[in-house]
Amino acid sequence: MSLLELKNVYKIYGDLHALDDVSLKVEKGEWLAIMGPSGSGKSTMMNIIGCMDKPSKGEVLLDGVNIAVESAKNLTNIRRDKIGLIFQQFHLVNYLTAVENVMLAQYYHSIPDEKEALEALERVGLADRAKHLPSQLSGGEQQRVCVARALINHPEIILADEPTGNLDDANEEIVVELFRKLHEEGTTLIVVTHDPEVAETAQRMVVLRNGKISKETVNEHFTGHIRFH
Amino acid sequence: MTKRKMYVRMITASLIRRRSRMLVALLAIAIGATILSGLVTIYYDVPRQMGAQFRNYGANMILTAPEGSFRREEMEAGLAIVTPADLVGATPFRYETVRIHEQPVMAAGTDMESVKKTSPYWLIDGEWPEKNEEILIGENIAENLNLKLGTTVTLNFTPENTAETLLDNTLDFTVKGILSTGGSEEDYVYIPMEDLEALTGISGEIDVAEVSISSTADGLNNYMEQINTQIPSVHARLVKRVTASETTVLSKLQALVLLVTVVVLALTMICVATTMTAVVTERRREIGLRKAIGASDASILQEFMGEGMLLGGFGGILGSGLGFAFAQFVSVHVFSSTITLRPLLVPITILVSIVITGIACLLPIKSATKVDPALVLKGE
Repeated sequence: MSLLELKNVYKIYGDLHALDDVSLKVEKGEWLAIMGPSGSGKSTMMNIIGCMDKPSKGEVLLDGVNIAVESAKNLTNIRRDKIGLIFQQFHLVNYLTAVENVMLAQYYHSIPDEKEALEALERVGLADRAKHLPSQLSGGEQQRVCVARALINHPEIILADEPTGNLDDANEEIVVELFRKLHEEGTTLIVVTHDPEVAETAQRMVVLRNGKISKETVNEHFTGHIRFH
Repeated sequence: MTKRKMYVRMITASLIRRRSRMLVALLAIAIGATILSGLVTIYYDVPRQMGAQFRNYGANMILTAPEGSFRREEMEAGLAIVTPADLVGATPFRYETVRIHEQPVMAAGTDMESVKKTSPYWLIDGEWPEKNEEILIGENIAENLNLKLGTTVTLNFTPENTAETLLDNTLDFTVKGILSTGGSEEDYVYIPMEDLEALTGISGEIDVAEVSISSTADGLNNYMEQINTQIPSVHARLVKRVTASETTVLSKLQALVLLVTVVVLALTMICVATTMTAVVTERRREIGLRKAIGASDASILQEFMGEGMLLGGFGGILGSGLGFAFAQFVSVHVFSSTITLRPLLVPITILVSIVITGIACLLPIKSATKVDPALVLKGE
């Protein structure tokens, strides 16, 4: 059984089909990139997989549970327990330090553990920045805190929406390298991006166009390392 | 770390690290609490303050004997029933007919220092008598008998049923002051009680005692009943024209202060609610983020309410202190007297501030928890 399966998923807003009969399978431990131009349905798909939205039609099976029919409360619980979110705009709580931001995810999930949160920051190379507020961190550092927050509860899937969209090349490489390590450890990664260099680091890439999957490519030369053109 | 510790850490971090934002909210709450606590202090202090003002219009209780006169000890026993803090003053009077220049005149023996407290409206031309053999003369008598300040007058007393004049019933007095009140007091001469007792040879007798008590109408009635019950030889009654007008004015004034307090409370709630709405609304994205990483609506409500109520508590502490200062300022400038702190008002102000801030936060937070995290995080 696939970890995630979308079966004939539609998302319709009036006359607009943001997702139009999309079917997709993601296996456990897989690294998938979703590409597409603006308005292609990437964000809609991301929101549905991330339990922040429901499809108009179709099934979304996450670990065997059809999240398309779950209540808002259950979706919150599924999101908390199974999904780690990474955003383009980082979205850290600005009055909490780096370690407190990581602990926030633990707080809602189970029990906050500062030691474990510091270890997560160490994994992303920010042990020495743990007590800094987001305003005292660079964009790349903020995104790495966001990665630490996403992985702290050992989610089934890490869902990243344009994770390198606001980063320079150096920080982009650091973040992709973190993804590679997570992939090596068996974490399932779904990365929404419009950056071909980031997409090419993934094992598989699907391209969305007008709400449909227009192309699906398997990376035969997969290494997990970014190659700048 | 326990969840509770993390909860406290988040709330304190929000208040301390967002202090410029929180200061605005704190200010709104503190100002509301200040005005509320100040007005309530004034509301409860108005009877005391106004009571003191009313005491300038004279005594509000009269003690007499059911028949004839009563003893000084009986008056003192009656006064002992009155709480010392409420007792402004009590003046004994004993009236006897004496003769000045062979003209019959009504003389009142009294305690001059007490008269100053119970009848502060008496207007004296000259000085108050300070020692024995000094006399205060009513303006009408002074005119009729052509008595001037500083002159010496002789008072003759003839005991009732005694035909011949006794040797010891004559005393000379120096006129120290001429009394004008616009009332019947101008038809009397006032001498120290000891001199009247020396003239008459009878001591310790009192015809009337005028008592000035700073209390409410209920309090006065209570004192009156207690005196009448416990000391049968003394009959206490209230000076209706004073107590009734006092009660009317006080109730109207208190109603006015109460009305102002209620209006200010309503305005404060609106002000605090508006401020808290702004504070919560600007954090919609944070609420969206918290929801995205797994926070339930109840959890968000708990965290933001915790912040709001802590802020309400701080505002209440500030407000109760500043409110007392505000009430003190008003009291000094309006009533020319200080007020004492009502300790119970401090926890009440803090509690009211917490509750009002809590209510003010509840609606905006509940509405903010309805945000769609996906939309908020996209910046929509």
